[in-house]
Amino acid sequence: MTIKIIDEKCSGCKKCTIACPFGQVKVVEKKARIGQGCTLCGACEDICPNGAIVIDHGVAKHTRDIGEYSGVFVFAEQHEQNLKECVLELLGEGRRLADKLGQELAAVLASSNGESLCKLLFAHGADKVYLIDDKSLEHYQTEAYATVMSAVIAKFRPSIVLYGATTTGRDLAPRVATRIQTGLTADCTNLDIEEGSGLLLQTRPAFGGNIMATIKCPEHRPQMATVRPKVMIKLAPDPSRIGEIVRVEAKISPKSLRTTIIDIIKGTSQSLNLEEAEIIVSGGRGLGKAEGFKVIEEMAEVLGAAVGASRAAVDAGWKPHSYQIGQTGKTVSPKLYIACGISGAIQHLVGVQTSNIIVAINKDPEASIFKVASYGIVGDLFEVVPALTKELKLVKTSACASLPVNSKGNARKE
Amino acid sequence: MKIIVCIKQVPDIAETNRVKTDPYRGTLIREGIPSIVNPFDEYAVEESIRIRERYGGKVTVLSMGPPQASDALIKCLSMGADAAILLTDKAFAGSDTLATAYILAAAIRKIGEFDLVLCGQQAIDGDTGQVGPGIAENLHIPQITYVNSLEIEGRKLRAQREIEAGYETVECKLPALVTVIKGINEPRIPTFSSISEALEKEILTWTSRDLEVNLERLGLDGSPTKVIRVWAPSHEVTGRILKGEPEEVAHELVGLLEGEGII
Repeated sequence: MTIKIIDEKCSGCKKCTIACPFGQVKVVEKKARIGQGCTLCGACEDICPNGAIVIDHGVAKHTRDIGEYSGVFVFAEQHEQNLKECVLELLGEGRRLADKLGQELAAVLASSNGESLCKLLFAHGADKVYLIDDKSLEHYQTEAYATVMSAVIAKFRPSIVLYGATTTGRDLAPRVATRIQTGLTADCTNLDIEEGSGLLLQTRPAFGGNIMATIKCPEHRPQMATVRPKVMIKLAPDPSRIGEIVRVEAKISPKSLRTTIIDIIKGTSQSLNLEEAEIIVSGGRGLGKAEGFKVIEEMAEVLGAAVGASRAAVDAGWKPHSYQIGQTGKTVSPKLYIACGISGAIQHLVGVQTSNIIVAINKDPEASIFKVASYGIVGDLFEVVPALTKELKLVKTSACASLPVNSKGNARKE
Repeated sequence: MKIIVCIKQVPDIAETNRVKTDPYRGTLIREGIPSIVNPFDEYAVEESIRIRERYGGKVTVLSMGPPQASDALIKCLSMGADAAILLTDKAFAGSDTLATAYILAAAIRKIGEFDLVLCGQQAIDGDTGQVGPGIAENLHIPQITYVNSLEIEGRKLRAQREIEAGYETVECKLPALVTVIKGINEPRIPTFSSISEALEKEILTWTSRDLEVNLERLGLDGSPTKVIRVWAPSHEVTGRILKGEPEEVAHELVGLLEGEGII
């Protein structure tokens, strides 16, 4: 990759000087000049009003020595200063990979006033937090975050970068990968380090899980992956763990703030975070009508579960699309998935087959959902589900009664 | 409005038990499997036609794939797209998402002026969702992903994204790239006459020689990620069917789930 200045176009305005995160652009005799420490991050190219700075990404392979790249970075996704649960999972997995490589684990936290989250990141395994604090990073925005991530990667040269495969992670990571010209593997469900080469082995489902593939990125750095939530295991937090906070100055050009968030509408609690739910109760064609979901919702409430729907139920208009699980909806992997009145078309199964335990309730004994179910009940869901709800209520109340009660009067699970 | 829609021809998932893999190259063998337009891309095509119906303009569908991917483009033309371009070249084969986005972006530059690039949220075969954002980065334009409704007012685009916590309304100026999800619209079914018209239209075919591209960034060689192993996992489990009256099976199941430590 090379960077060049088209002198005829350069007006000597110095915007690039201000935009460069690394202080590598100087204006000499009214023309921009690039220093030796340029990381080709693109900040100057983005801000130049005259199109006078051109980065030729040329050959994609890094000419720099791959050995210069070290460490595992985790993108610490946060919303309203709450870390996403999958960040902690990534730290757990990142710790394991970093220890195998004998390298350090760092979190990259871009936020506005997010410093208080560092403790949590350290407690869950991070050795270091690269903290980028800026008002413009309060809410996730593709280009601002991509600029920050690319700059941190260019400067600190990690060997591996992990992102949660959330809407944010899947929006951000490909933008960063393209900017820094490296490989990116989507939606990984297993990661490991290859013996000998030390390369990251990234395993992911494709074709909705009908095929698994292991992928590596031998000649480019960093090796980047988005990782499906709820697959990796977080460490038990150790509040005594301490780490180093490295502050990185955000240099976000107005050009990277081209999108504006107008409004954020919180979804209904039922379909909320289907991807992160521990338990999901889901309904399909067998419910007969929109009102059929009532029995499902009652059971979900007792279980503290999220509610999902099959494509048939969504296409019938019984639930909005945000509830849909399967190929053209969401892919979920809860501990427990209860499918009620869902026949189990391949398009549905691909969205649920990584669940730990699938329970199927269907009146058709031949329904294909039973092929993937750990437990099946052949029967009328309108009889079976209420019976289950009743039974679950009994178990839950007796469990609460036998648990110690804290000062707020809530049962506490130790 | 000049709109470009990027589409992909994908194997029909109902037939995926027949998908085979090439053990040498670690890529998929797609021959002999019925193909469809990626379902998410149909929503993108439909949305582009609705925008054109409202504001006028031109819809160009663009796809990279083997020669037979022209069938997918014909489907899009029969839905109402104005023009179709197929990028096909042995040099493109084996491209990962980085190389694919690079090639598609080069083709979009060749098409020339545009206001909006639309893509489906992801393809149902690769399931990555990485090509859309990759194109946006190559073109240096803003992106809005996972969109379930969009409005255009002058040069301003306002879109609602579906995120884990609910919805987010985002605005940006055109030109921009948007990836759409199911639920944004209901794609129209081509009619007999629209299919006949589509078959009359010419599909432009471009190879790497027609694009301003660095040959080293194409295909398997231009792809940083390498597939080293592919296999088909078995998802069938030896399940148990619980039998008895609803109350009995409910009691048994709850006991089993308690035993598994789930509830």
